[in-house]
Amino acid sequence: MSASNWTADFLGQLLNATITVEQISLPATTLWQIESHQWQQFAELAIQQNVRWVAGWAEHVQDRFFINACFEKQGVYLLLRTIVNAAKPELPSQATVYPAASRSERHTRDMFGIHFTDHPDNRRWTRHQAWPEYSFPLRKDFPVQGAPEAITPPDKDYPFVKSYGAGTYEIPVGPVHAGIIEPGHFRFQAVGELILNLEERLGYVHKGIEKIAEGRTPEALARLAGRVSGDTTVGHCWAACMAMEQAAGVRIPPRAALIRGILAERERIANHLGDMGAICNDVAFVFAQMQLTRLRELWLRTNAMVFGHRLLMDKIIPGGVLCDLSESSCTLIKQDIIQLRKELSEIMPAIDVNSSLEDRLYTAGYLPEETAAAFGTLGYVGRASGQDFDVRRDAPYAPYDQVTVKVALENQGDIASRLWVRYKEIRTALRLIEEFIDQLVAGDIGSEWQIPATGSEGLGIVEGWRGEILAYIRFDADNKISRFYPRDPSILNWPALEKLVLNNIVPDFPVCNKSLNGSYSGNDL
Amino acid sequence: MLRLFNKIRKTGIVTETFKAPKDAELEQLGIEIKRHIDRKFSGSIAIREVDAGSCNGCELEIHALNNPYYDIERFGIHFVASPRHADVLLVTGPVSRHMQTALLRTYEATPNPKWVVAVGDCAACGGEFGVSYASCGAVSNVIPVDMVIPGCPPTPLALMKGLLGLIK
Repeated sequence: MSASNWTADFLGQLLNATITVEQISLPATTLWQIESHQWQQFAELAIQQNVRWVAGWAEHVQDRFFINACFEKQGVYLLLRTIVNAAKPELPSQATVYPAASRSERHTRDMFGIHFTDHPDNRRWTRHQAWPEYSFPLRKDFPVQGAPEAITPPDKDYPFVKSYGAGTYEIPVGPVHAGIIEPGHFRFQAVGELILNLEERLGYVHKGIEKIAEGRTPEALARLAGRVSGDTTVGHCWAACMAMEQAAGVRIPPRAALIRGILAERERIANHLGDMGAICNDVAFVFAQMQLTRLRELWLRTNAMVFGHRLLMDKIIPGGVLCDLSESSCTLIKQDIIQLRKELSEIMPAIDVNSSLEDRLYTAGYLPEETAAAFGTLGYVGRASGQDFDVRRDAPYAPYDQVTVKVALENQGDIASRLWVRYKEIRTALRLIEEFIDQLVAGDIGSEWQIPATGSEGLGIVEGWRGEILAYIRFDADNKISRFYPRDPSILNWPALEKLVLNNIVPDFPVCNKSLNGSYSGNDL
Repeated sequence: MLRLFNKIRKTGIVTETFKAPKDAELEQLGIEIKRHIDRKFSGSIAIREVDAGSCNGCELEIHALNNPYYDIERFGIHFVASPRHADVLLVTGPVSRHMQTALLRTYEATPNPKWVVAVGDCAACGGEFGVSYASCGAVSNVIPVDMVIPGCPPTPLALMKGLLGLIK
């Protein structure tokens, strides 16, 4: 990721605006450091250049906090950093400029006690009642065990937005939902059946992932990363390993990269199959659910046969992959692909021409292009609303740098569009797997691990099945992790749900939610 | 419409009872489950699944129990939307502290007699997450557990086997 033209031009503009930028060289990442009081001003200039806000996180280093924000334009990533003193951790908020940064800054405030001035929403986010307001779990002096009460009380006094007026009422939903899904709370304001407002309250599955990552070895961190969100085990594990490999200066062998690509595309297909069925099931079209869960099961059985795990957990390790692919496995995978294509070519036309699906899925859950852009919406949700971005194509990493990735793009922005974008992504993924198998070169599937220097850092960015995943790693001495931050695409996609359900009816909420399918676990960390 | 019916006809019944002898173990398991359920629950058992902090991996495999290959409902095991309707709570994940009260209330809302099955390594022992400021660890640290189905995540077959163990 070398700095291309826009960063050079942008640097000039920053200097004109008297923002002092210190350029720090990191392997594979452009890192700029600025003064903390210019944090917001930087964002204002960046948004004028249509630079996308990607992620934000902080780090406690001795008596200082490093605050990071990652930006992207035209496939070039820029890491921005500022340092504040722990005695007065305060800086102007970027959320006033980038709505996408809002929850991230609230998370940083809850976890580090860093105050973002002028933040548009000063309510707690990740913190419920498991730790007190003025103690901060990600500070280094906070013990990993904390000091919890025997029974953590519910967070019953969270100040939700209220609605007033005759005929409006509230529907609280969750955290325990009716289906077999993850926990979270949704607060609806409705009039009749129409949704006036939806507010999400997440954080219920906060498991302290960032804290318990500290002090781990690279192998143990990869295992943890594989459980940030169980449906994206390959994606998160890959991003984390990529970050660690960058920090340690380890290059993975070409064969390992190709196998990682195959794993990631298999994960994409399995999830899309399951979700497409579930979307149809949420509008009572059981045919699709039964057919597609059947195909998903067959797909997972091949995973178990070839890789030894149905969901492909722990197959990516620092330096490479754990399992090789034999000739016979490649043949099996290829036969599977032919079979899946054939089945889908029979099932999808039946879904396409069904009038009850047409009735329920078209125009429902509409996410306008501008809203998608404002929230930095990712993956199939963004791509169904005109956001033409895919890491595999725009910032390619091995093995995607050897192939052409065709990115599905639509701008209808409704549930149907998100469904069809996913179908197109399955088709692309199937072709990619075939290409990777054809390119499979002989050789090692792992490189020897090098112990990284104390303080070395890395930034791994991959396209998971939900969209762009970012993982930041810093090493301490003796091969131990000092900071791990995974940014699941759900963190940016959840706010879009609050917007796309507006003016839909309450009974359509499940299908709207499923069409986006954010991860609760990946969001709550 | 014709396409749809054609596809259904062509797919036939894939449920493994009838079709795949190599998965005979599943069939045998299922039938045994049904026998035990019949004796104690008059042919039906209602399960409420509670994610108390899981990574969603276990949920994916619990979902698979309802796909046409396993079709667990044919053995009288079905998932219900409320703990008030449930005989069994299937709990996944290390119990996050933010879910502790919700899990306790769900447990209290389930009528007696009830059983709690802890599903997955995290629910069994805290797994990769253990006990911390944010996690209570194993489900048994929060509510009484009658049985444990380990695995990360347990396969649908392991889940069926586990349910059988509960009813025995």
